[in-house]
Amino acid sequence: MKIGVLALQGGFQEHISALRKLDVDVCEIRTLRDFIAGIDGIILPGGESTTISRLLHETGLFRPLKEHIDQGLPVFGTCAGMILLASEIQDDPVSHLDCIPITVKRNAYGRQLGSFYTHARFEGIGQIPMTFIRAPYIASFKDEVHILAEVNGIQVAAESKKILVTSFHPELTDDLRVHQYFLNKITA
Amino acid sequence: MVERYELNKNLAQMLKGGVIMDVTTPEQAKIAEEAGACAVMALERIPADIRSAGGVSRMSDPKMIKSIQQAVSIPVMAKVRIGHFVEAQILEAIEIDYIDESEVLSPADPLLHIDKTKFQVPFVCGAKDLGEALRRIAEGAAMIRTKGEPGTGDVIQAVQHMRMISQQIRQLQNCTDDELYHAAKELQAPYDLVRMTGKAGRLPVVNFAAGGIATPADAALMMQLGAEGVFVGSGIFKSGNPQKRAKAIVQAVTHFQNAAILAELSEDLGEAMVGINEQEIELLMAERGK
Repeated sequence: MKIGVLALQGGFQEHISALRKLDVDVCEIRTLRDFIAGIDGIILPGGESTTISRLLHETGLFRPLKEHIDQGLPVFGTCAGMILLASEIQDDPVSHLDCIPITVKRNAYGRQLGSFYTHARFEGIGQIPMTFIRAPYIASFKDEVHILAEVNGIQVAAESKKILVTSFHPELTDDLRVHQYFLNKITA
Repeated sequence: MVERYELNKNLAQMLKGGVIMDVTTPEQAKIAEEAGACAVMALERIPADIRSAGGVSRMSDPKMIKSIQQAVSIPVMAKVRIGHFVEAQILEAIEIDYIDESEVLSPADPLLHIDKTKFQVPFVCGAKDLGEALRRIAEGAAMIRTKGEPGTGDVIQAVQHMRMISQQIRQLQNCTDDELYHAAKELQAPYDLVRMTGKAGRLPVVNFAAGGIATPADAALMMQLGAEGVFVGSGIFKSGNPQKRAKAIVQAVTHFQNAAILAELSEDLGEAMVGINEQEIELLMAERGK
């Protein structure tokens, strides 16, 4: 199995390290050429969603990436990655890849002073550590979306078909179970 | 506090592969955000103007910083003088995302830096060599940058600092356990951090390049030398076409290993900032703080 990690900006190296620990082939996706080489799944990392979106357009990756995800390419978006995949962003007329019918609120916990670390239950895994950095959350979602985790009654992880999104950063902890969960989704 | 420090290091990890741009107005902040900056540094005067104006240079007006916080959704950083912990308290009170304890402003303390462990908000500090970087980390810095020579448009010092830090880390990697004690003495840095750096082969926090970066090629040069992202100060808004140059530098940091893309990005950017050569400078800001 070969997983691509979108490497335009942000914490992509941390995802690559996590995947390598799980013994999968990993490649960095920076250009169209990297992308069409063929992958079984892709991770959209944390970073700044405005920056990554801008770079997706500049590199010509935006449209092919959206088409492949819409056609079933498994994708896992963390933090900024979740914002990129959401169909709507609260208080913002613009959305990005529009692949999963959720509305996300950006910087939902405020500025860096609002960043936090906690433990909560993730469906199908159990208690996991969660690191939230200037994080978004899921403000609303359509029926077809399945919620996987909540913190203080707020939805912070979800899936729909082959799309997995989290507000938090599993790649910033040593716990590899959410990455494994994504890999299991690909082979399921 | 340990948890807060981890979260602050984590924010820097999310800035990696990005460009942090100096801006002086909400309009410039929007241009920077639209061009793809991963954060902005709010300040009243960009380093080139600080340099030419002379006199004492201080923390910016909080009102100005707040207007920039309202204008953009990306993280907003601001500078305080070296050792001026009250300026830092003020920036923490307005919930700044990152404080740059910066040699670009006039130092407030001739000896001491701020005890950054006393703060909830993260700090980035400059370093010319590994010892300086580890001393700042010991004081609580969650991110390091080279000091370069701000406001000059001359990349020579940023290159020197980055190469120095990398070379010193390689030396640590070759040290035996007993040699590490001596290395800590030589570097004038805490043994635990020296050991950690030697074992990991990298700084324990994210390391950006700063100072004198004016072109896409400069940005890619610093990335190839091991920087994890770049700060661009005067290089953008002192140039002929800020929008275009800002976009080009953002892309250059992503595609820093792809010469064909860098060639395209370097085309037709208009006039770069004029700059000053290292030898023409009367005030070496990088020498402020050790």
